[in-house]
Amino acid sequence: MNFQLSEDIKFLKQSIRDFVDSEVDPLAMEIEEKDEIPEKIMKMSKEIGLFGLSIPEEYGGTGIGMVGKCAIYEELGRTHNGYTTVIGAHTGIGSVGIVEMGNEEQKRKYLPAMARGEMIGAFALTEPSAGSHATNLKTTAVRKGDKYILNGSKHYITNAPIADVFTVMAVTDPSKGAKGITSFIVEKDFPGFTVGKNEKKMGLHGSHSAEIFFEDCEVPVENVLGREGQGYVNALKILANGRAGLAARNLGSCDKLLEMSIQHANTRIQFGKPIFEQQIIQHYLADMAVDIEALRSMTYRVAWMVDQEMKVIKEAAMVKLLGSEVYNRVADKAVQIHGGIGYIAEYPVERFYRDARITKIYEGTSEIQKNIIASQLKREYL
Amino acid sequence: MNILVLVKQTFDTEEKIVIQNGQISEENVEFILNPYDEYAVEEAVKIKEDSGAGITVLTVGPNRSESVLRTALAMGADKGVIVELEEQADEYAIAKIIKAAIKGQEYDLVLGGNMAVDSGSGQVSIRVAEELGIPQVATITKLSLEGSKAIVERDIEGDVEVIEVNLPFLATAQQGLNEPRYPSLPGIMKAKKKPLERFTLEDLELSEDDLATRTTVQDQYLPPKKQAGKVLEGEIGQQVHDLVNLLRSEAKVV
Repeated sequence: MNFQLSEDIKFLKQSIRDFVDSEVDPLAMEIEEKDEIPEKIMKMSKEIGLFGLSIPEEYGGTGIGMVGKCAIYEELGRTHNGYTTVIGAHTGIGSVGIVEMGNEEQKRKYLPAMARGEMIGAFALTEPSAGSHATNLKTTAVRKGDKYILNGSKHYITNAPIADVFTVMAVTDPSKGAKGITSFIVEKDFPGFTVGKNEKKMGLHGSHSAEIFFEDCEVPVENVLGREGQGYVNALKILANGRAGLAARNLGSCDKLLEMSIQHANTRIQFGKPIFEQQIIQHYLADMAVDIEALRSMTYRVAWMVDQEMKVIKEAAMVKLLGSEVYNRVADKAVQIHGGIGYIAEYPVERFYRDARITKIYEGTSEIQKNIIASQLKREYL
Repeated sequence: MNILVLVKQTFDTEEKIVIQNGQISEENVEFILNPYDEYAVEEAVKIKEDSGAGITVLTVGPNRSESVLRTALAMGADKGVIVELEEQADEYAIAKIIKAAIKGQEYDLVLGGNMAVDSGSGQVSIRVAEELGIPQVATITKLSLEGSKAIVERDIEGDVEVIEVNLPFLATAQQGLNEPRYPSLPGIMKAKKKPLERFTLEDLELSEDDLATRTTVQDQYLPPKKQAGKVLEGEIGQQVHDLVNLLRSEAKVV
């Protein structure tokens, strides 16, 4: 057993930390207030290759494995989560579908531009009546000659306002349930496709979500991703693939919160001594550290399993669940240790606390992860 | 066009310096590519992107110095050379070592940092120019290549001097020359496949005289802690009087 990251990955990780510390983190408050990622940061992030994380080298991406990706996500998680989400949604659910399920022609058409960040990717599954109940889709796709005609709408689509390419799930055969869903690559300029206004969110400022609408939207047959009827399986695969990455982002945020909490506890004097000397604060910090260590171990183990091409349905659900629960526990304790200043928007702890909340909801709620884990347990034990 | 870039691994500029038994402690210290050398690497990569060039980066130092070659390769250099040297050597010997390590290679341009942020001596690069018998231009802030010559701007204490120089020559980079890029992720992945040549001193056939140390460090100490300042009060005449007295009796500078 070897729990060391390889020298290459350590080097990648350090390099991203330098970038984040010197270029992104100093602008985190500005991102939060303006609800916008400065163009300079987007440009630099594209130049250093952050948008090509999931894309193989032959299509212009970095071609690193899941362990390497998680190491980078961990570093990105240490700064503004909205910034991290713009990149994470693109490199995760936004591009993985084409990478995993796309045919050669589709890969050549989209991936090089996506790796450079010239085309942004988004993933469109969720609908007003199909959240956790993902098979209850109402968006339909009807074949007409060499085109499919899509009708319906999707909401809470991360990156929709800036995306160029959407991986869209729609019903091609209502009689077949989950097996009647097909995935499509939809470009923003396809006739009949429109993006609604930005949704106002509790957190993740700078990352924008919106509704998208299909009104007799014409999608060429060659833009079917995988085979007809394979859409639901595709969606599950895309989501499962991203789960260790989400956990790694949470891990980075937790690590940063622990660092800030220790610093604060060491300098904040009450009752004539640093609050670090209070046993209750020590216990809070110890609880945070144990939680984080457990998350770190599980994140990198699941990432390693992905790289070994092992089946990780249960483990991916577990790490997604643990990542979001730990993040919320750690953020809560960080606010408590910081006291008043932890609730003030001029200080980053408050931002992390709000940003933590969505992680229990997006890309499969904590409850859905438990359902997945239980159904896998049933297969294993019964 | 062949470019040689001389680089050194130094302490991270944010490290606290700790002295133990007269030596600077390296415990838990982060090491980086000397910032001035980073400008030199960036300049070489820009030339490569503009007009094509092969870039060799060379360092002399302990084994851990390899990391700065990896950084430079990730930024876009093509080949790394490390001369492993665990013991201390002075600038004279290091210049001799570099000359020996590049024996038989032809370079049109040699770039280095204006100085290393640790020793601050600013000696090695210009000594290498002397060893190679080529001109050197120090503390440059702009470099334009025009055929077999170059127009170089150099920083002369707040003013600019413009120099025309024929290739081959050596230049040392000053802050302001460029804005070094972050190594890209694909760049880092590619770097590990690039050639890296290693030498030990034995490989280089240097004479004892070449390696004989000309200078030794006698002592190292941290600067004294800054004392709290004193604000003089009263009439201006009185303040001047007090100030002169203090400069004489306390600071002992007049």
